[in-house]
Amino acid sequence: MSKIATRTAYGKALVEFAKDYPNLVVLDADLSGSTKTKDFSKAYPDRFFNMGIAEGGMVTAAAGLAAAGKIPFASSFAVFASGRAWEQIRTSVTYPHLNVKIVGTHAGLSVGEDGATHQATEDIAIMRAIPGMLVVCPCDGNETRLAVKALLDYDGPAYLRLGRADVETVTDNLPGYEFQLGKGTFLKDGSDVTIIATGLTVQMSLEADKLLQEKGISARIIDMHTIKPLDEEMVLKAARETGCLVTAEEHNIIGGLGGAVAELTAAKLPTILERVGLNDEFGRSGKAAEVLDYFGISPQGIVDAALRAMERKKALGR
Amino acid sequence: MDRSELKSLSITAAKVRMGVVEAVHAAKSGHPGGSLSCTDILTALYFHEMKIDPQNPRWAERDRFVLSKGHSSPALYSVLAHRGFFPVADLKLFRSIKGHYSGHPDMNHVPGVDMSTGSLGQGIAAAVGMALAGRLDHAPWRVYSVMGDGEQEEGEVWEAAEAAGKYKLDNLCAFVDCNGLQIDGRVADVMPVEPLDKKYEAFGWNVITIDGHDFEAIISALDAARAFKGKPTVILARTVKGKGVSFMEDQAGWHGVAPNDEQYAAAMAELQAALNEKEAM
Repeated sequence: MSKIATRTAYGKALVEFAKDYPNLVVLDADLSGSTKTKDFSKAYPDRFFNMGIAEGGMVTAAAGLAAAGKIPFASSFAVFASGRAWEQIRTSVTYPHLNVKIVGTHAGLSVGEDGATHQATEDIAIMRAIPGMLVVCPCDGNETRLAVKALLDYDGPAYLRLGRADVETVTDNLPGYEFQLGKGTFLKDGSDVTIIATGLTVQMSLEADKLLQEKGISARIIDMHTIKPLDEEMVLKAARETGCLVTAEEHNIIGGLGGAVAELTAAKLPTILERVGLNDEFGRSGKAAEVLDYFGISPQGIVDAALRAMERKKALGR
Repeated sequence: MDRSELKSLSITAAKVRMGVVEAVHAAKSGHPGGSLSCTDILTALYFHEMKIDPQNPRWAERDRFVLSKGHSSPALYSVLAHRGFFPVADLKLFRSIKGHYSGHPDMNHVPGVDMSTGSLGQGIAAAVGMALAGRLDHAPWRVYSVMGDGEQEEGEVWEAAEAAGKYKLDNLCAFVDCNGLQIDGRVADVMPVEPLDKKYEAFGWNVITIDGHDFEAIISALDAARAFKGKPTVILARTVKGKGVSFMEDQAGWHGVAPNDEQYAAAMAELQAALNEKEAM
């Protein structure tokens, strides 16, 4: 299987779609080599704006570009794109519902060595809390390309969460696969437990599934690339049919995918839920895989959560 | 520019001021001081300078305006109403649940508003984005913005200023409504921002300093800004907070307070007298 970072796929997709979308413009805040918008800046220098290390001003300028009919993709590290510019996103982008795409690369713990200051682990929560904001977190290069295309066709604000690390492409040969904003991707059916993952935890969940199969456990696997709006139908169906859920994300368990699923199920179909993620703590430095493993965001961590969920389900006699 | 247009602008500005006081009094809240200080600037922009069409507020080729000091919405709404974007009577719906004239400008509900603003420092950055779009398209339209002098304390103003300088946005013309006051007192005491002329020059802007209540000065500065190539222009307009209502003038206390009925009557009488005087000239 081929490996590519979602940020790299993003950079390629911008160049690929630039011709068909003449209003597409790209902004960056001095990280174009890392966010991979550099490819676009070379191919379309007039349509690229390096705003310097000034994320707030970049995002608001993107709002102005959108108000004048452009489709700006404003990119930086996720921690700055979502955090430093939060109020600009809220007031100048989302309140007027302008067609700006905020792109945060280097999201989550898989940033690795740079440590907690550069690991966005609250970004899903703070973006999700803004009315009208879409939150999209594709799991691989293929899905990232399709997400960029879908966001170009969607007239409104969105947050695209991307990773630094190379990840295996897992969605390119799925039978019947069709990327749709707001619709989860059904990766594998199962009856004992459902694992709902986003970003690189999707690949982890597929690894976890192999370990669960060795134990004779049948897990359903969902790639929830759109966290807002959440695919409620798919989550509730899984809750009904498998009786317990596990969420997995490289994000705080508060407010992210786990939070979204908890809100939904608590309101509509109370279901046993185990959340894999950061337990309300900051990340740390280390190699990406080591850091993820340290915090239990790993195939084994997902297996353990699935076993806990099934144990709780059994205890309730379901 | 002829005397009759000067007279007409000063008459319009007097009516706009009455609309400001009317709106804030009806809402029993709002920001009269900074609205009255930028009224002459907005009047010059909407009644002399900008290419706009009140019948077609979203006309693609229009000049754009961003009120970066969004709390001066009473001035913007009053100018838009008098320019024909919506009925002047609607000013009484300012901040009311019965209308859609929100406390700060809302581009999706108020005809003629080009950008939603209210969080200081963001409007000028949005104006920079609009100017970048206009330049990219080789569009004929220009972008105007009005900031406050207290607003100059916001870091984002300078992020926008450096970007406008870098991209040499000569299709952008910003005003700073230098009334010298902010909520907590004198700008010079709360957080000194001067020398603004030297700061903007250093950021790559063409700088013009004027009396912000002198229509001839405002209009000749706008002419100079339009003619200036290779840099954005900032017009530092020296103004008086609360201008036109004597008891509000140069008082920080009138930043965000509505007049009571008695004060309202006194303010309207004073503005009406000024209007009568201008009409008789």
